[in-house]
Amino acid sequence: MSEPASRRPPAFTAPRIDMSHGAGGKATHKLIEGLFLPALDNPLLAPLADAALLPFGDARLALTTDAFVVHPLVFPGGSIGELAVNGTINDLAVSGARPLALSVALIIEEGLETPVLRREIEAMARAARCANVSIATGDTKVVERGKGDGLYVITTGVGIADPTLSLSATGIRPGDKILCSGTLGDHGIAILMARGNLELEADVLSDTRPLTPLVAALRDAAGPHLRFMRDPTRGGVATVLNELARDSGCGIALWEAQLPVREVVQGACEILGLDPLYVANEGKLLAVVADDGAEAALAALRGVPGGEEAALIGEVRAEPAGMVLMHTQFGGTRMIDMLIGDPLPRIC
Amino acid sequence: MRYVDEFRNADLARAVAAKIAALADGNRHYKIMEVCGGHTHTIYRHGIKDLLPPQVELVHGPGCPVCVLPMGRVDDGIAIAERPEVIFTCFGDMLRVPGSKGTLLEVKAEGADIRLVYSPLDALRIARENPDRDVVFYAIGFETTAPSTALTLQRAKREGIANFFVFCNHVTIVPPIRALLDSPDLRLDAFIGPGHVSTVIGCRPYAFLPNDYGKPVVVAGFEPLDIIQAILMLLQQLADGRCEVENQYNRVVPWEGSLPSLRCLAEVFELRPYFEWRGLGFIAQSGLKLASAYADFDAELRYQVEGVRVADPKACQCGEVLKGVLKPAECKVFGTACTPEHPLGALMVSSEGACAAYHNFGRKALPMAAGAGR
Repeated sequence: MSEPASRRPPAFTAPRIDMSHGAGGKATHKLIEGLFLPALDNPLLAPLADAALLPFGDARLALTTDAFVVHPLVFPGGSIGELAVNGTINDLAVSGARPLALSVALIIEEGLETPVLRREIEAMARAARCANVSIATGDTKVVERGKGDGLYVITTGVGIADPTLSLSATGIRPGDKILCSGTLGDHGIAILMARGNLELEADVLSDTRPLTPLVAALRDAAGPHLRFMRDPTRGGVATVLNELARDSGCGIALWEAQLPVREVVQGACEILGLDPLYVANEGKLLAVVADDGAEAALAALRGVPGGEEAALIGEVRAEPAGMVLMHTQFGGTRMIDMLIGDPLPRIC
Repeated sequence: MRYVDEFRNADLARAVAAKIAALADGNRHYKIMEVCGGHTHTIYRHGIKDLLPPQVELVHGPGCPVCVLPMGRVDDGIAIAERPEVIFTCFGDMLRVPGSKGTLLEVKAEGADIRLVYSPLDALRIARENPDRDVVFYAIGFETTAPSTALTLQRAKREGIANFFVFCNHVTIVPPIRALLDSPDLRLDAFIGPGHVSTVIGCRPYAFLPNDYGKPVVVAGFEPLDIIQAILMLLQQLADGRCEVENQYNRVVPWEGSLPSLRCLAEVFELRPYFEWRGLGFIAQSGLKLASAYADFDAELRYQVEGVRVADPKACQCGEVLKGVLKPAECKVFGTACTPEHPLGALMVSSEGACAAYHNFGRKALPMAAGAGR
């Protein structure tokens, strides 16, 4: 295994921000590493994890924030309010933290109908209750008509890191197995269909859900064998695994035949020229588990609601260092790169 | 998934691969060109090369419509898109194709009203919904997509929609293949013929390949099993000493093509005397423009498009890659100055571009252990 690739971020040179900078793929990375990271330079930010871990006495606090601009506000399987709460809870959960409380900031466009707002606040309340988390504080701003898209939601979450877990990209080792908690691409395809401008219909629901029960099951079953977790949202599984490969210096191999993808999602992807590996999920987690703990971890995931279709999709290898490859169903191999460009704008 | 999994079956793939290995002469090198960018994409996406013996080499051809557009035509499109009265519509992969001064995506960020569509009919709908704006559709593609543009224009004419315009960059597949074969720096043994184009034009137009150039051709589908079977059929022809046009994709491609589509094309388009191709230069009778009966819809006439000619960046070797003379990774700027995020050449943009396919799927640090699965 080679040393992790050194982080020498090239300066951000694009003259303007375009949609690809918000897509969660390569362009987003360049923006963060070329502009934000150098300016904000500090050791808490530097790991660029889903949540920052702040030393606090003997414990560590986990802090994360996320902005939600999904269009449309309501989609099959969920809505922006539920998504905003689950998304932040999940960033805490996959960082190995127990969520304590959330803040919610709303940016409301002038003219938004009160029943729409009420429905979203109620959706937030339900999602928070379901995950046993309080929404403890918030802020409200209203912008002129035309300056927003109905409703934008920003949630920030704080949690306490589980002291028994030691999760990091650099902790993974060749031979470790890669687990995925369920079918890929449901959220992104559900949003795409909900926009209704493709004249394509597919019966697919967003997978938005809190990952806390899945994380708890994994932790109990795998214990110290659990090395790394991440929720593959924008940019999909391909982007998360590329980050992991790069940060760990290991190679990652996937088996295409093992990837859980609903037939309807696969069909939509085939028609639209998308790859489910790059499509966003909002209720799935990827976990790296040492080989010895992999079977137990998989069984544990499958025993939790939302984890029934969990699968072992790949493994960590020494080579190709820093890269992700896939053994195709057809019997060949190919590289899997990070998301480039923006196949589906504003999905979360 | 039905109609997909059958064509990606690993057992069948191994069986065909074994036949190819048995048939391939160990003392001979086979250079087979897949003309179509869709085939290039499939070859990389499924790792087909891993199933072929080393003496069978696949060479990527010029059949990616985004890739063969010269920079000048991109600049012309951007100039139209920048006009304040215009809503500019195009397919997604056009957005990132670099012109000499930037991409449509950058122009969009600067305020141009550019909208991604999946069909020219979507553009027509936008025109209907915005009668006070000009709606321009950036039409690209071979005979595959040209009928949908033609159908849309017929509908626009029938409905009397006066604010819909087409910037036509449609091209035809046979002239560039001929140009390739006439180019001195290329030696090819056989061709995998484009599947989707052939659903429209049929198989007959490829007769010149065996007749005039002595090259066998097999029209193939887009699933990996289609392609590997086409390779087997080509090797069989070479082994038998035959040289003909065969149709592997007969579940979709009729030998005579689609007569309604051809009639539609003949009504709406006419051949340009010549058209510029990236890397291949000007090729006679290789591009389509709107016929005079449809001149009212022609964006080139409406906006007096300059038809600027822009030389490719000096470092760019798209032409050589398009002709199959260079492999993508042999280009001087591959993966360094030219990457999918910052493409210099269009071959790095489209998912059907050989360079993007190779960059995204094909790079491998080391040979891999065989996939064990579980």
